[in-house]
Amino acid sequence: MARSPKTGHLIIGVLALQGAFREHATALEKCGAAARQVRRRRELAGLDALIIPGGESTTIGKLMVSYHMLDEIKSLGAAGLPMFGTCAGLVMLARQVADGDQPLLNLMDITVRRNAFGRQVKSFEAPLEIPALASMAAAGVNSGAAPFPAAAPFPGIFIRAPWIESAGPGVDILAELEGHAVAALQNNLLVTAFHPELTGDLRLHELFLRIAAG
Amino acid sequence: MSEIKIGTMTVKAGLAEMLKGGVIMDVTDAEQAKIAEEAGACAVMALERVPSDIRADGGVARMSDPEKITEIQKAVTIPVMAKARIGHFVEAQILQSLEVDYIDESEVLTPADEANHINKWKFTVPFVCGAVNLGEALRRISEGAAMIRTKGEAGTGNVVEAVRHMRTINGEMKQLSSMDEDELFRAAKELRAPIELVQWVAKNGKLPVVNFSAGGLATPADAAMMMQLGAEGVFVGSGIFKSEDPAARGKAIVEATTHYNDPEVLARVSTGLKSAMAGLEIKEIGEENLLQHRGW
Repeated sequence: MARSPKTGHLIIGVLALQGAFREHATALEKCGAAARQVRRRRELAGLDALIIPGGESTTIGKLMVSYHMLDEIKSLGAAGLPMFGTCAGLVMLARQVADGDQPLLNLMDITVRRNAFGRQVKSFEAPLEIPALASMAAAGVNSGAAPFPAAAPFPGIFIRAPWIESAGPGVDILAELEGHAVAALQNNLLVTAFHPELTGDLRLHELFLRIAAG
Repeated sequence: MSEIKIGTMTVKAGLAEMLKGGVIMDVTDAEQAKIAEEAGACAVMALERVPSDIRADGGVARMSDPEKITEIQKAVTIPVMAKARIGHFVEAQILQSLEVDYIDESEVLTPADEANHINKWKFTVPFVCGAVNLGEALRRISEGAAMIRTKGEAGTGNVVEAVRHMRTINGEMKQLSSMDEDELFRAAKELRAPIELVQWVAKNGKLPVVNFSAGGLATPADAAMMMQLGAEGVFVGSGIFKSEDPAARGKAIVEATTHYNDPEVLARVSTGLKSAMAGLEIKEIGEENLLQHRGW
């Protein structure tokens, strides 16, 4: 696939403490960006953007604290570094969780409910309408995701997934499922309650790279 | 909405993808579950007795009391797994109705059926199964397992069998990758595994589902070694709660699993841990007492 001139030089960090980090790295590389797995604080330096992958949010939160990465990531996000959080990553980026407490980055003006759709036996797949993807294609952004036409529903994979319970005025809700917000954008921060990295559909990664390219 | 599909193979195998790079710890009650979660476990395995106790006590080992499982589910937010006996589909039905997040059809418990494993396609809850070689792993996947773990030898604190099984599976996958397509039919026959899965492995050079290591891991170095050998995460059973300081050892093993390629970190987290579990020499157990031979 041809590298887009805008995204080809970007170095995107993928937080690799635990979870589906390898799949995100693969998706980024398919989009023409370079992926760097981030396990230690010093590996955060020099990134153009950061993905916080799915995994167990309780675990990832605790590890971020014990590896002294929480404050660093928080200040990078506050300074405008583009970040993409999927599932556990969405929880981490939130200002608040509706149930219980855990370490959070407290960057995005959303309140989330963890495991909102239920335990694993309730995990599901559902097609999602994401108008932002269609308008991205209309704006002429090259999408490498050829098998997935711009207007096609996005294959949503929800695994013990959270939802966004409430969002502040600066937050754009990108997708809803049965009345619950499951994807959102606030300035430099993109979040999904589902797992685009497990689908082979690169449109959301393309959208994120477009944000990262400025 | 009719478009919503629950319990697909994608979401079953997907949860295992989310557990990667993590440590799944055996726990017997809510208190241990909290210690495990605090230490950074990505999931806990609820069971009545840890494998080393099952080994010592003898008798028939069965699914946990549902009361214990419910208590553990209430105590933590991370996924809760539980064990069913090999072939015991009713234990599995009960565990599914309790909404455990994963069922381990486990050789650590006494098998309930000596010919048939559970038909895991009939369930919406995902299953993880043990394997000592590639053929066994693919047979379990053909029965619907969404995650594999190498068996090792549970309850021994001795990593040698875990290493053997991981190397065996990796070696057999490499062999498949070097074969031409005509040879795969014979390979499938020898592996006693479906040709479609054999072809998939030959093409992709990996199992179609996540593969963790289990059975005998007791130290941070054991966990890191299994990760370097290709495990995508680890199960630690008796190794944590049969050690002198479970909280510290659990945390160290979690850290070693994340930073498995970083000897500097491994040296630090291995330092000053109190005693590991005692451990057993495999030869002293006797071939007839090995748990890894359960399952077919």
